[in-house]
Amino acid sequence: MTLLFARSTRKVPVHFMMAVLLFLMTSFSIQAQTDKKAENAKFNEKCLKCHGQSKYKYLNPESGTEVTKRMYIETIIDRNQFAESNHRNFKCTDCHSEDYDSFPHPGRLRMETKYACIDCHGGDEKYAKFKFEQIEAEFQASVHSTKHSDDFNCWMCHNPHTYKINARSDEKIKDIVAYDNAICLNCHADITKYQMLTDKVNPNIVQKHQWLPNQALHFKNVRCIECHARANDSILVAHNIQPKSKAVRRCVECHSTNSMLMATLYKYKVQEGRSKAGFYNGVIMNEGYVIGANRNYYLGLISLIMFGCVAAGILIHASLRIIKRKK
Amino acid sequence: MSEKIYLYPMWIRLWHALNAILIILLIITGVSMQYTDPANPFIRFDLAVKMHNISGMILTLNYIVFLIGSITTPNGKYYKLTFKGLPERLIKQFTYYTFGIFKHEKAPFPVTRESKFNPLQQFTYVIAMFMLVPIVIITGWALLYPEVVLTKFLSGSGLRVNDFIHVIIGFFVSFFMFVHIYFCTIGATFVSNFKSMINGFHESH
Repeated sequence: MTLLFARSTRKVPVHFMMAVLLFLMTSFSIQAQTDKKAENAKFNEKCLKCHGQSKYKYLNPESGTEVTKRMYIETIIDRNQFAESNHRNFKCTDCHSEDYDSFPHPGRLRMETKYACIDCHGGDEKYAKFKFEQIEAEFQASVHSTKHSDDFNCWMCHNPHTYKINARSDEKIKDIVAYDNAICLNCHADITKYQMLTDKVNPNIVQKHQWLPNQALHFKNVRCIECHARANDSILVAHNIQPKSKAVRRCVECHSTNSMLMATLYKYKVQEGRSKAGFYNGVIMNEGYVIGANRNYYLGLISLIMFGCVAAGILIHASLRIIKRKK
Repeated sequence: MSEKIYLYPMWIRLWHALNAILIILLIITGVSMQYTDPANPFIRFDLAVKMHNISGMILTLNYIVFLIGSITTPNGKYYKLTFKGLPERLIKQFTYYTFGIFKHEKAPFPVTRESKFNPLQQFTYVIAMFMLVPIVIITGWALLYPEVVLTKFLSGSGLRVNDFIHVIIGFFVSFFMFVHIYFCTIGATFVSNFKSMINGFHESH
């Protein structure tokens, strides 16, 4: 009895204390993180005071007057977009030089080497599931890298100040498509940006895709990369953009039971494991319908049996008519 | 000596021939799209889509011709169902097709100028022409302009429901076609009904 009591009195406080400790640690850690985020946001305001708007003001020490200047469009950061982006919790100077603290900014900072994704995300276990190394290798093999100089880097498509992950989210496929296609159109539909990297004339996308039936519907429901990047089993979003001669043009690549959309656009949802419910590629049907890719196994079977019965009925009827015909 | 009645005027023969060609094209291209197989493409997908779309559009016009023709000419009367005693008449005709025909019995409802179709024919034609075909036409046009389809239908995809109706009803139309073509061989001779489609004269047994 004493032993039992002793054991129970010893056990309860230990568990209780551990729970309290864990709670406190978690709360402190959450609190610390929140504090850090708030502190960073406050710090960033110093930069956004100028870079968060289209103009900036400074006091000219020579004349003693306040001067208003236009901010270069490339250096304007949208506060709201940054606040929703994946990098929102960083301090500006985590990636940019601390020397930006002074104004006017020192001229040599223009030559500052900027980070690439792989510099932070490469070899990091926390980000292992994203397979940044493979993404980097795919990008290096893509036309974006091979046909252009080193000027073409990750940031051309993924603006570090606004980029937010969406393919792994539960967002609607249509929203993911619109977000991702906007990345491509950012250059491919804007001649001034397009010609920063090439002397070629930007092709008219609508005209070039004239052959595609229901063009508008395709553009709304599938990403450019579905046809223009080589599908890769090991990463979620293919980055190996192919030359136009290798773009998918065969309808049945998607419009068939082994639709490549399952390995591309719907890959994440497929990985999440939705039920098939008797339908081929059923996951697509949550938000759309792809002729040829969405078939129902049972409907197919029933129609086959019914056709078989009709054919057999006709055959028997015809045979009997021949056998019983008037001689 | 068989008797010949002029039952099928020119416009009906033309309408029927065009309808037959279009429906056969729609069935072939439709099946090809639904059962696409990259390894064995029956008809290339984009080609099948184009052919299916164009045939469907012409079929719609042809259906309008049929409707106008049926209203403005005496042809419409053949499609007026008399419900009184219909089940008995249907059974009688069905029994003839399943038993009587092999015993060389006389057809229970011979073709006359007043009644072009036997009860079973009339019943299936009314279902085909006034139910199945309009449904495939409407759902078909909805697939041509998917943005007009209800995007959500009972928390599912409206497009999916629309497509299912199109495919399932399309299946019944093909089912009808098979039987329809086979029954054409049941005439005064094996080919007499096919001849009627060209010359307009019905040859009685």
